[in-house]
Amino acid sequence: MKIAVCVSHVPDTETKVKIGSDGRTIDPSGVNYIVNPYDEFAIEEALKIREKDGGEVLAVSLGGDSNKETLRKALAMGADKAVLLKDKDVRDSFAVAKGIAEYLKGYEPDLILVGKQSIDYDNLQVGGLIAEFLGIPSVSVVVKLEIADGKLKAEREIEGAHEFVEASLPCVVSAQRGLNEPRYPSLKGIMQAKKKPIEEVEAAKADSRVKVLAMKKPPEKQPGKIVGEGPEAVPELVRLLHEEAKVI
Amino acid sequence: MSVTIIAIAEQRNGEIKKTSFETIRKARGVADELGGTLKALIIGNAVNDAAKKLGKYGAENVIAVNNEKLAHYSTTGYTKVVAEVVKKENAQMIFLSATAFGKDLAPCVAARVDGAVAADCTELNVDGGDIIATRPVYAGKALVDVKVEAPVKIYTLRPNVFPAGDPDESGSEANVEEVTVEISDDDLKSKVTEITETSKGKLDVTEADIIVSGGRGLKSPDNFYLIEELAEVLGAAVGASRAVVDAGWRPHDEQVGQTGKTVSPVLYIAVGISGAVQHLAGMSSSKYIVAINKDNDAPIFQVADYGIVGDALEIVPVLKEELKKNLGK
Repeated sequence: MKIAVCVSHVPDTETKVKIGSDGRTIDPSGVNYIVNPYDEFAIEEALKIREKDGGEVLAVSLGGDSNKETLRKALAMGADKAVLLKDKDVRDSFAVAKGIAEYLKGYEPDLILVGKQSIDYDNLQVGGLIAEFLGIPSVSVVVKLEIADGKLKAEREIEGAHEFVEASLPCVVSAQRGLNEPRYPSLKGIMQAKKKPIEEVEAAKADSRVKVLAMKKPPEKQPGKIVGEGPEAVPELVRLLHEEAKVI
Repeated sequence: MSVTIIAIAEQRNGEIKKTSFETIRKARGVADELGGTLKALIIGNAVNDAAKKLGKYGAENVIAVNNEKLAHYSTTGYTKVVAEVVKKENAQMIFLSATAFGKDLAPCVAARVDGAVAADCTELNVDGGDIIATRPVYAGKALVDVKVEAPVKIYTLRPNVFPAGDPDESGSEANVEEVTVEISDDDLKSKVTEITETSKGKLDVTEADIIVSGGRGLKSPDNFYLIEELAEVLGAAVGASRAVVDAGWRPHDEQVGQTGKTVSPVLYIAVGISGAVQHLAGMSSSKYIVAINKDNDAPIFQVADYGIVGDALEIVPVLKEELKKNLGK
């Protein structure tokens, strides 16, 4: 089984976003970057499948040099190989997926795992786009995955229900929290990852189709009022919700 | 050239989702502003009756694609149908709700019809002959205004943001045009074989008008029944902070925040949640926020419209009773 895992390098969840001087992206100064949390589930799932069925796991990331940190983490967790598709420009989901799909045409994976969305642009698109560019099926927001006899069974989350999906391989699967518990890299893994080479390839470039005209902060919410302390404040709260906010 | 918009309605077991009415209503508004044509599209098996209802939300014309192979959702099968209908109608825009269905389908359709998606939009403004879409990024810590530059422009609309309005009583049933799309096994490389409700009648946080969320301040998973009971009185969905999901107190599908679900209900009640940056990002676009927390310095009070300082375990039972009285239950 050849498994490709797509990983992205994103600001951590504690980041307080400041708008950059270009007015279209965030100010990266002082921002700590991490492996996209959903991609960790994808990496873990790839490793579990390899441990069970054999094969190899290739970590792929498209972006600048700093994405190597994220690839290094994937290697430290246990990925066999890593490739950086070099592109210094920020691109949209369409262009990123195009770049990754073009590369994967040559690798011919049986399974492609991605996080369900990156926590920066929250697009939830790259998995589906890669699948269509490669002419293969995709299953998104997966919380359980089984692979046997050249096909897969997946359980995916929808509103208030779970869908059970069957798909043929090769397939793109996007990982949701709950799929597994990502492992921490062992010390041995971290040491080995330092020695593993990260292949660097110029990404196939495609133009972004969703143009960012401006980035702005959401309207500041004015702090409201403290209605009171303890259970005694409850009747007043209910009155306010009923008469002022008119929401109940 | 006049623009044609396809708005895709979503049905489960023949029931149209409320979010689809929101999306169709907005698509109608945009079509009118652009002087274009709107057609709704509904896919499934025996969905003509459901299709007619869309007339009361602004879709005079509905294309229904019935096929027993499409009774359940199939990413590849539905993608083919949408692509064929878009081609047949020569549509330049597609609207969907940013539900699990819409978010799954939109990128696949985009690749197939040479389009691109502005995902999870919270505002759509017509500017000349084009649309400027506003969408949250970084789970709502920032917003971007975007313009789609592609032959087919696709917009997914965040649930609970665009009003569906009441059904037009004067509005007639929609004209339903049945379109046949051949579906071979090769078109069903992925397909849903079964659906199970996670919990009978349980509302999902992304669809709820009211959410009651609990955090560490409840002290123990055994106390979460207080949240559930309060939610029941309000007809609300139950949410949870990352801390209690990580601790295994609650299932992850209830998690609100940057690595959980982003929500915009009318009323969000945060109980025993201090308000970490990643949690605030996921819920601060709620219309009204109530916070109950024992620490009056907790960041949640910075975004709350109304706060009560105190022990959640003492306050929530009283709140439940008071609401029951108020709601006449």
